[in-house]
Amino acid sequence: MPLDRSTIRRIARLARIRLEESEAERLRRELDGILAWVEMLNSVDVSEVAPMTGAITIGLRMRPDIVTDGGDADLVLGNAPERVGDFYAVPKVVE
Amino acid sequence: MNLTDLGLGPARRALGRREFSARELTLAHLAAIEALNPRLNAFLLVTAGEALAAAEAADAALARGEAGPLAGIPLAIKDIFCTKGVRTTAASRILEPFVPPYESTVTANLRRDGAIFLGKTNLDEFAMGSSTTNSAYGSTENPWKRRQDPAARLVPGGSSGGSAAAVAARLAIGATGTDTGGSIRQPASFCGITGIKPTYGRCSRYGVIAFASSLDHPGPMARSVEDCAILLCSMAGHDPLDSTSVEVPVPDYAAACNQSIRGLRIGVPREYRVDGMPAEIEEMWRSGLAWLEDAGATVHDVSLPHTKYGLPTYYIVAPAEASSNLARYDGVRYGLRVPGEDLIDLYEETRGAGFGAEVKRRILIGTYVLSAGYYDAYYLKAQKIRALILKDFTDAFAQVDALLAPTAPSAAFAEGEKTEDPVTMYLNDVFTVPADLAGVPAISVPAGLDADGLPLGLQVIGRPFGEETMIAVAAQLERAASFTALPALRAGSPTI
Repeated sequence: MPLDRSTIRRIARLARIRLEESEAERLRRELDGILAWVEMLNSVDVSEVAPMTGAITIGLRMRPDIVTDGGDADLVLGNAPERVGDFYAVPKVVE
Repeated sequence: MNLTDLGLGPARRALGRREFSARELTLAHLAAIEALNPRLNAFLLVTAGEALAAAEAADAALARGEAGPLAGIPLAIKDIFCTKGVRTTAASRILEPFVPPYESTVTANLRRDGAIFLGKTNLDEFAMGSSTTNSAYGSTENPWKRRQDPAARLVPGGSSGGSAAAVAARLAIGATGTDTGGSIRQPASFCGITGIKPTYGRCSRYGVIAFASSLDHPGPMARSVEDCAILLCSMAGHDPLDSTSVEVPVPDYAAACNQSIRGLRIGVPREYRVDGMPAEIEEMWRSGLAWLEDAGATVHDVSLPHTKYGLPTYYIVAPAEASSNLARYDGVRYGLRVPGEDLIDLYEETRGAGFGAEVKRRILIGTYVLSAGYYDAYYLKAQKIRALILKDFTDAFAQVDALLAPTAPSAAFAEGEKTEDPVTMYLNDVFTVPADLAGVPAISVPAGLDADGLPLGLQVIGRPFGEETMIAVAAQLERAASFTALPALRAGSPTI
């Protein structure tokens, strides 16, 4: 089923990416091509296969639940485009 | 003798004997960068001041006899490794103002051992690409030229194209790269150098800007197998800051270069013989097998039946993970911000302006395959096929000790070629993607030239944590191939 323009708009909205009109049409065509290409995976029988969860099989390691880092607000906020005191600043969210 | 011609091993020995200083070695490389980088655009940032300060420290350590294994060795760092206090962009507009307050584990390990960082190298934005043309800061030029058409501007491969070009043109002795779908091995092949993608979990991903977390592999790039092996010794090791880092001791990889390969069983994956492969690549592959037989190995036909599903599987898994990893670029905490009417508008404007075309394409594909109703049909299915691809390797390694195949289906192509549709570009990674999906180690070694005089690489794929055997085989290929061709553009070359 070919992708339509509204699907591209919906995905872009989900991904929080603003698209120009010309960009949307080009991406629609490209994504359509890529999705048609990956269709070939449908010919593989995976009914008996467990999905791979990672490239290596190691158990999760545990560590003591103690604070080892933190308290560096200036370092953390050093790259913020806008800050107010020790907080990130954004446009007003709640009226 | 030109100091920039020295490999890591010889430079290290000469520094130890105080034949020249780390400062002299660093200055020689900085001069080469100054001469050639305006043309090649291999480095996005040159940190001359920091490099010279580190060189002085290395000279002092050498004088005291307390030098680390990489003391005074000038390296280039792919601009996807966070370096404390030094701008790190992933070649993206969205990270243009980003100065990390922390250091990646891999670069910290290299610094610990005395390495000197010359600067940060160009890449495809967020490591998404095979040509280094997807950089927000301009493409990198491959220092190699076609004999018949020296004016053509060839790509260095990608995504670690800046690192590969820098090492090939002798602007650095070695470099770091990352390999998610072939991003160390394919540019190594295109630029006539060596690159290792280690086993998943061998090198920490902490501080490496994430593309696809289950596929990202940091690794070394240099002009010989031994040089890569020495770098890998420093880069590798367990790191509590990366939950997928593996607690396995780091062997002496450099010693593996001299291991005999007598009696080793080498597999030839029959599915890697694809239609339309250039005759020179077929020929180089045959030569490689003959060289290994001459050294006492035996050659065996093996099958990796799910090879053809590798690329489409990759182009579901990698974009899915990328769409999730790149959600953090929101214009609020770091990086670019484009103002908006409200918060959602700010996100959309920032991400619309900050990401390039390929990154948007992959985020949208990833968002689509993870969206409600499609997860099972795409992502879950792809992870199941990935399990089959891993099983192919496991079955093959029950019969053979290592696999030999070409690294890429072609030599370096020119800028503007293969851009008509994204899938054509993706096909470049047909031989490299399976090892990333399975997490097994692989190395690319320059083994021949095509009719245009461009380098071609052979790839050795090893068992998980079987880097030593893989390196022994690669070192034998290197000795037999005696690849001595040089790129047209390099430090001290008469053409500049």
